[in-house]
Amino acid sequence: MDVAYFDNAATTRVDPRVAEAMLPFLTERYGNASEPHAMGIDAREALEASRSTIAGAIGARPEEVVFTGCGTESDNLAIKGMARRLKKQGRHIIVSQVEHPAVFETAKHLEREEGFEVTFLPVDREGFVSPAAVDEAIRKDTTLVSVMHANNEIGTIEPVAEIGAICRERGVLFHTDAVQTLGKVPIDVEDMNIDLLAASAHKVHGPKGVGLLYVRKGLRPEPILHGGGHEGGLRSGTENVAGIVGFARAVELARDSFEEETARCRHLRDALIDGVLAGVPHTYLNGPRGDRRLPHNAHLGVRYIEGESLLLRLDAEGFEVSTGSACSSGDLEPSRTLLAIGLRHEEAHGSVRVTLGRWSTGAQVDRFLGALPRVVGQLRAMSPLYSEAKARGEV
Amino acid sequence: MYSEKVKQHFMNPHNMGEMEGADGVGVVGNPVCGDVMKIFIKVRDGRIADISFQTFGCAAAIATSSMITDMARGRTIEEALKITRGDVADALDGLPKIKMHCSNLAADGLRAAIEDYQKRQRGEVSPGGTSADPCAACAAHATGECDSPTQHGH
Repeated sequence: MDVAYFDNAATTRVDPRVAEAMLPFLTERYGNASEPHAMGIDAREALEASRSTIAGAIGARPEEVVFTGCGTESDNLAIKGMARRLKKQGRHIIVSQVEHPAVFETAKHLEREEGFEVTFLPVDREGFVSPAAVDEAIRKDTTLVSVMHANNEIGTIEPVAEIGAICRERGVLFHTDAVQTLGKVPIDVEDMNIDLLAASAHKVHGPKGVGLLYVRKGLRPEPILHGGGHEGGLRSGTENVAGIVGFARAVELARDSFEEETARCRHLRDALIDGVLAGVPHTYLNGPRGDRRLPHNAHLGVRYIEGESLLLRLDAEGFEVSTGSACSSGDLEPSRTLLAIGLRHEEAHGSVRVTLGRWSTGAQVDRFLGALPRVVGQLRAMSPLYSEAKARGEV
Repeated sequence: MYSEKVKQHFMNPHNMGEMEGADGVGVVGNPVCGDVMKIFIKVRDGRIADISFQTFGCAAAIATSSMITDMARGRTIEEALKITRGDVADALDGLPKIKMHCSNLAADGLRAAIEDYQKRQRGEVSPGGTSADPCAACAAHATGECDSPTQHGH
């Protein structure tokens, strides 16, 4: 069966060109970049060339890019690192209610264990944080604001440039989790007044196990990993040179095809959204439409059925998707993001996220649009909620 | 994560659908928790002559519903009442630990249907069936204050 992989917000296929770039650094050019011998220098040069490439893609200087083990680590280093570093100036930080757990749980940890106060900013129906609300929430003892560049579930692109400008004016640091946007939405840390930015290779057709943290020159987050002082002392641990070379190659490929690829994804995304809303009754879109939505993200609510069932039935038909349902998460709580945009629990249980990638095609989208009404119909035929809605004349 | 048996019952559930003229209907679960199960029975000579289900929920909820209809069909009321959640999970070659409480409601659903049947026999009215809602007591859940997901199964 031809599988349509529609879960590119979770992870992506490593582009074969990325794998090709990485391979020599696993089998031949495997030196430790900290060593002064020829193989060490070779690895160091590859590492620094990769750093320059990636820095260039986000408008940063190479020395402002720190490589880490994943996006989660980058978020932890930014938030814990800066909050702890600046704790004498204040113990208040601000994050949004729709942050990825890498930010949300880190803020919770600081609140619970280290005596910080956290303001969790609400979002509107489409998932937007209000820049004015950020302005209002900033206090004398606020040191850091963290609002994600785009939401991993519903695809809302937050007004980070406006929020960054406010933070700069008010003299507080601004961190953004750009794990979903690198390679898909333009990023310029200067123009956007971003002080810290987290990203990850495996969301852009690079390898798993490599993240980056942009740290504006002059900032010194307290390190989480202590050791040999790698990465300017901010992240000890032998650099994953092959992974970092792969990350740089992935960023290059995304940059080189940026315009046509994002336009292609947007077109497929809109065809998919419109097709579902027209072809499956009692469905709705979560998150905004148009340019304020991630180009590859569609997030749909499907009434009267539960998301994990839908996911597994679609899986059996050859579609890999994701859901905000509690029943597929480890903790049985429905998605915090979906509740934050005002969905009821039972609505949050019935959602499906489709995220496109470099190998997604129009034919796959068409096939999905053909299969979805049938699969939804099968599950609604089983659903007592659907029968009750019918009895009430709702459907 | 799911056994082959669970997958089979989820993909091709047995005895699915609303039943006309049921003698007893049991409703368990809560849409807020993500699982609602409705069990319909017909009783002849003290035995479950026919049984069907409707379920809103995850794969485990659908598979356990399907399985209990197979397990209860033809049994006497007394025998049917003895079927436990554990029996249903065992018959499916096990369920993921996290699903054992929240989605394994079928035995409760069957019991609710039998109680509804018995009430009707005694002449007590029960429009829409008997509801034995394990989530109903947990009002904290709806306000997001349920902090014990493993215990309450939310």
